[in-house]
Amino acid sequence: MADVTNLRSPAEAGLSKLFETARQSFASETTIAREEAFRFFEATGLPSRRVEAFKYTDLRAAIAEAAPPAEAPSLDAAKAAVAQAKGFSGLEAARLTFVNGHLIRELSDLDKIPAGVTILPLNDALSQGDTALTQLAPVPQARENPVYQLNTAFLADGAVIRVAPGAKPEQPIHLRFVGTGNTPFSTATRVLVQIGEDAAFSLLESHEGPNGLTCQPNDALDVVVGPKAVFRHTRLNIEGDAAIALSTLSLKVEAEGQVETVNLVTGAVLSRHQIYVHVAGEGTNVVVNGAAMLRRGQLADSTLLADHAAVGGVGREQFKWIIDGDATGVFQGKIIVRQAAQQTDGKMKSDCLLLTDEGQMMNKPELEIFADDVACGHGATCGAPDEDLLFYLMARGLPRATAESLLVQAFVGEAVEAVTHEGARAALIGEIEAWLKARG
Amino acid sequence: MLEIKNLVVQIEDNRILNGLNLTVNDGEVAAIMGPNGSGKSTLSYVIAGKEDYEVLDGEILLDGQNVLEMAADERAAAGVFLAFQYPLEIPGVGTTTFLKACLNAQRKARGEAELSTPDFIRAVNGAADKLEINKEMLKRALNVGFSGGEKKRMEILQMALLQPKFCVLDETDSGLDIDALRIVSEGVNALRGQGRSFLVITHYQRLLNHIVPDVVHVMSKGQIVKTGGKELALELEASGYAEYRTSEAA
Repeated sequence: MADVTNLRSPAEAGLSKLFETARQSFASETTIAREEAFRFFEATGLPSRRVEAFKYTDLRAAIAEAAPPAEAPSLDAAKAAVAQAKGFSGLEAARLTFVNGHLIRELSDLDKIPAGVTILPLNDALSQGDTALTQLAPVPQARENPVYQLNTAFLADGAVIRVAPGAKPEQPIHLRFVGTGNTPFSTATRVLVQIGEDAAFSLLESHEGPNGLTCQPNDALDVVVGPKAVFRHTRLNIEGDAAIALSTLSLKVEAEGQVETVNLVTGAVLSRHQIYVHVAGEGTNVVVNGAAMLRRGQLADSTLLADHAAVGGVGREQFKWIIDGDATGVFQGKIIVRQAAQQTDGKMKSDCLLLTDEGQMMNKPELEIFADDVACGHGATCGAPDEDLLFYLMARGLPRATAESLLVQAFVGEAVEAVTHEGARAALIGEIEAWLKARG
Repeated sequence: MLEIKNLVVQIEDNRILNGLNLTVNDGEVAAIMGPNGSGKSTLSYVIAGKEDYEVLDGEILLDGQNVLEMAADERAAAGVFLAFQYPLEIPGVGTTTFLKACLNAQRKARGEAELSTPDFIRAVNGAADKLEINKEMLKRALNVGFSGGEKKRMEILQMALLQPKFCVLDETDSGLDIDALRIVSEGVNALRGQGRSFLVITHYQRLLNHIVPDVVHVMSKGQIVKTGGKELALELEASGYAEYRTSEAA
């Protein structure tokens, strides 16, 4: 039998070329295992639908050409882009501003960081050989993911955020990612957050850019939640309509740690948000929610892996989808309960409201349970708005469109209600209302 | 007030109303009684504008205007109100938010200004007090976790707030205990008067002890087959529906 070699796609060949060029500038820096990451990526290539984990989100087909890594923008260009930024803009927060994946120090609040929090730009951390970097990639399974490995290989900028033990800053940190320009580009950022014992920390994250801008952001957030620490994370994807936005959240949660992460997606032509949760200590409580409101050919993928390796972890995962036009939603959720993780209590749910006959929803929930004393469940629903509920609302005077909007808002709202930070919750609700208003 | 002429309605090829004629005068409380399957609930849904039903013939005139040409929300703005037999639960929609949205949507449709928040709160609280509705209920999602009696009281609260001119009460007494029946009936009676008419659909005479009708109609096989005074309800209670029972239950 003849040897069969998979032909590399133009995008894969392009990425190899781009890596060859980029490696020159990384030659002196050894902390990041770029070579290893890129070799891993080269071996797998851009995942296609033949790869189970990417069955519904075929990156090989979606990414026709490899966009070159973005150059750092001029300060004027960055200022102009940030002036248009809307995500969490009214909220009081210390901001780290990234434009085209580069930290813009002049537009960041590095001198107004709340007490108990220290922030080091990633490039400084690399040049200083900061010890925190050993905490990068805290979830082993993420290192087997081509998107995450591509981020590692091309990693260009980011930050290391440390929250001191016991610190409970009131003000959140806002990671503001803004895209700008006229030509295609890619970005690769990594933010590492280390939360000390008994600390409580809120992080906001927004991703946006103008419509028509063909960009390929690949952002990763690595978080280590220390014992009895609390991490609250609210994420907003309002990218422009030509963006292919890939992102990975890796969370390691130590004993009695608490996590709340909520992601709202209305932007990007294609987005994939990968969430890896490693429950490393006993008695944790993790809430992972997501909501996506999609229209006109958009595809949004939320892929979750919750790996319980310790006793008594509580996990609540709730995902809500609004599919309009010919959009596609993809949910892949897997809960692993290892033998040691007795008394794990996990519930995962994905609910979809299809507003048209053309929309699609792919739900793939999985449970892998090796412990015998656990309570785990999953559920997935998919359907049109309830005609009886619509009639009830219309019989009280609400026009059909208003009635439908009210039902949609209530449906999505359930996932957003988990956001503790009042301003962040209001910002997500504002985005939901804006989406509905634009729909008319 | 309301005039129904030769109404013929079917659902999925199943004929339910067969040339129904009915007149409800201004300020009148008309009761409709009849056996199961006679088409009472269908009549209420068709008046309110539910789209599942196919109207093959006839008219429903509200003050001379044919409501069959209007969508459900337009009928509501024109003054039609249906108190549901089974009020629906709407998770995620706060009761107060819902009430305000409905009231203002109707006002907008009629070309009236929106009610200010203080005026709205005053109106809701006033109506809630009369119906012995706990203010905490108003903060919860609409009808979610409410008892049967609470849901029915919430229907009457909506009626009091929206001030419709033609109210259909579809088996409002079902699921009510004696106290809830009294409270709901008092709520309805307080709204009786010139400029507002009621169509009260019920199986049992007991509701009509509290909401005393001006006229009682008996419905069978999709038609009004007998009309009389309030004493007709007592006769039915004594004799049952055997005389009117249909074998074609719908």
